[in-house]
Amino acid sequence: MAKKVLMCGNEVLAEAAIMAGCRFYAGYPITPQNELPAYMSRRMPEVGGVFIQSESEISAINMVFGASLRGTRAMTSSSSPGISLKQEGISYLAGCELPGVIVNVMRGGPGLGNIAPSQSDYFQATKGGGHGDYHQIVLAPASLQEIVELTMLSFDLADKYRTPVMILGDGILGQMMEPVELEDSVERTADSEKKSWILDGCKGREPRKIRSLLLEDGSLETFNRKLQKKYTEIKDKEVRCEILYGDDSDIMVVAYGTTSRISRNAVEKLRSKGKKIGLVRPISLWPFPEKELRRIAEKVKSFLVVEMSCGQMIEDVRLSIDCKKPVHFYGRSGGGVPTEDEIIKEVEKIV
Amino acid sequence: MSKILSKPKSMKDSSTHYCAGCGHGIVHRLICEIIDELGIREETIGIAPVGCAVIAYDYWNFDVTEAAHGRVPAVATGIKRVAPENIVFGYQGDGDLAAIGTAEIVHAANRGENITIIFVNNAVYGMTGGQMAPTTMLKQKTATTPLGRDQKTHGFPLKVCELLSVLPGVSYAERVSIHSPQNIIKAKKAIKRAFQNQIDGVGFSIVEVLSQCPTYIGLSPEDSVKWVAETMIKEYPLGVFR
Amino acid sequence: MKEEIIFAGFGGQGIMLMGKAFSYAAMNEGKNVTWMPSYGAEVRGGTAHSMVVISDSPIASPVVREPSICIVMNKPSLQKFEPKMKPMGTLIINKSLVEVKAKRDDIDVLEIPATDMALKLGNPRVSNMIMLGALLARKDLLPIGSLSHSLKDVIPGHHHNMIAINEKAIMEGYKYGSRQICPKSNR
Repeated sequence: MAKKVLMCGNEVLAEAAIMAGCRFYAGYPITPQNELPAYMSRRMPEVGGVFIQSESEISAINMVFGASLRGTRAMTSSSSPGISLKQEGISYLAGCELPGVIVNVMRGGPGLGNIAPSQSDYFQATKGGGHGDYHQIVLAPASLQEIVELTMLSFDLADKYRTPVMILGDGILGQMMEPVELEDSVERTADSEKKSWILDGCKGREPRKIRSLLLEDGSLETFNRKLQKKYTEIKDKEVRCEILYGDDSDIMVVAYGTTSRISRNAVEKLRSKGKKIGLVRPISLWPFPEKELRRIAEKVKSFLVVEMSCGQMIEDVRLSIDCKKPVHFYGRSGGGVPTEDEIIKEVEKIV
Repeated sequence: MSKILSKPKSMKDSSTHYCAGCGHGIVHRLICEIIDELGIREETIGIAPVGCAVIAYDYWNFDVTEAAHGRVPAVATGIKRVAPENIVFGYQGDGDLAAIGTAEIVHAANRGENITIIFVNNAVYGMTGGQMAPTTMLKQKTATTPLGRDQKTHGFPLKVCELLSVLPGVSYAERVSIHSPQNIIKAKKAIKRAFQNQIDGVGFSIVEVLSQCPTYIGLSPEDSVKWVAETMIKEYPLGVFR
Repeated sequence: MKEEIIFAGFGGQGIMLMGKAFSYAAMNEGKNVTWMPSYGAEVRGGTAHSMVVISDSPIASPVVREPSICIVMNKPSLQKFEPKMKPMGTLIINKSLVEVKAKRDDIDVLEIPATDMALKLGNPRVSNMIMLGALLARKDLLPIGSLSHSLKDVIPGHHHNMIAINEKAIMEGYKYGSRQICPKSNR
């Protein structure tokens, strides 16, 4: 077993990316994710990778675009206002079918908001924050150990499906330290030989082009249908979610990331009092665990969605279950973090 | 009889979509000739801009990627940093480089990225229908300056080579023109040097090419060339700036 | 066992280090532990604080709203966090820099002249470790040796020559804390 270390979430994520073979990072400072670029600036040169502090968020995502089309595993990170700026580049990654990992350590918004933890970029992340008919895979870790797991997974998924993948965290997960094991396995590096689509000079082959511009009549529609086919495959294969007490609960709490940790403790406390409460924790926010929720909706009386927002994921919960059961909501916004007691009180109100 | 002129290998066997008299075709060809002459076709990765040259990859016979509007230097940075062995060049118009992509070009230049940028300045937006460019001349009428560019409301023509020449990260910045055969020869020399610099690892090189857009300057191909020679060069003097 | 702790003081008093050293010790003792800093602009100027949760069961949130233990190194920190404390909590005050008394009568208060003691040891910067030593004397959270053991993990390599004086400071604080009368209920 690897030795446990105490690192903050931002650093853990950076190290996990390096373990996953990420060899290009570009980013622009913004709180609360500053430890991530700082860590990369030190570690990347040690592993023969590239670190660039870019002039803007826009440049950072486009540098990732460049490194990725050359076959290198590449990542950028930011927090909410910065992620808004990256949307153009994410749309181009999707349109050009390039892999890329984007980290959003969410803070309060709208506008400059504040630097406190938040989950109010759910819509932006899961509904396609940029322009056009596209999706990105969105993974939401709830602990530092899961940051390791999901960061490594995100690079694999990005390559496998040639798509942008977002890791959606928040100020708490980025800033907090808790014991974590960094896998001791051999460092993996992306094998660019396997990528048959990269631009590396046309030696011994026909020249390639990477583009999202499709002007010929009908060609963009054809391409978008192809993208949708890929998204359908992702929906079939890449849903990840954790269910607690799914078989004998009257009320199911639904929460992801930081709020799922807090909800879990609330659920356990209620269980110890004999209350029939369970938890659904979506790990992939896109694709969303629709089928799992639909199945659970057959058994439970109602749902309680808990978010650090004014109500965003709740829409996906309602859609998933076709509004067949009541869906209640408890949210804190602008830096407010729900407590176990608040969640327990909400559940008791419903009971 | 022997053949003395043929299409460069770096150029695809297709005709371009450019308007009659447009300068892009000339600049495309110069680049392709140089890539052939330097023997770097199989190492080259070109970056096409957003604007009239957006589908340059349909004319160039080597690896080419698109980039979002103005982001060519950032994409070039990403490629070159992970693959110094490739020859990476960006092709940008005046809107792409000098308006929406000002931050990207300034900072790629300031970092001294070992890349080559070919900047085609024709003083007007073509693709979108003849609007004002940052490099549009004072008093020049465009779709968005119907009374002519007035510095009070639209500012002044932006001088990119002069601007970049103060940056220590820039190894080479030259402005050339393609309004005459002699000037085309000079332009080719400059572009070749900008590529050679990259091969030699010298650092950031940019060549600004004054070019004509007969369609949106509103002149015949012949007169538009004259306009570049007589009007544009006064505002944008030719020469090596760094 | 679950304690929610706030370490607070001026920037430069080693507030973050104090929380990290405690957290490392907790981790090495097999406890669940989280550490969370106050971050951003608020770190500069006024008070800095870090939040530590230590528990035998998994920790939900690292955010501490109602601390059960407060370690305050200056007056603004006392004023900020004393009112938020849980009843029956433990408050440890750096008496050298806080001339006022705690107001609450439903908490256990330990005053310790940490800065003066640190000066006596030859370095005012180890006052944080004196406070930590006093905490472990007052509350049976971790074996005192675990704290000294964690120093090498939290003090950067080029400052490892400082480990000895920090260890000494921990022991001084522990001795001071052990000598004070403590209500049994808090042990």
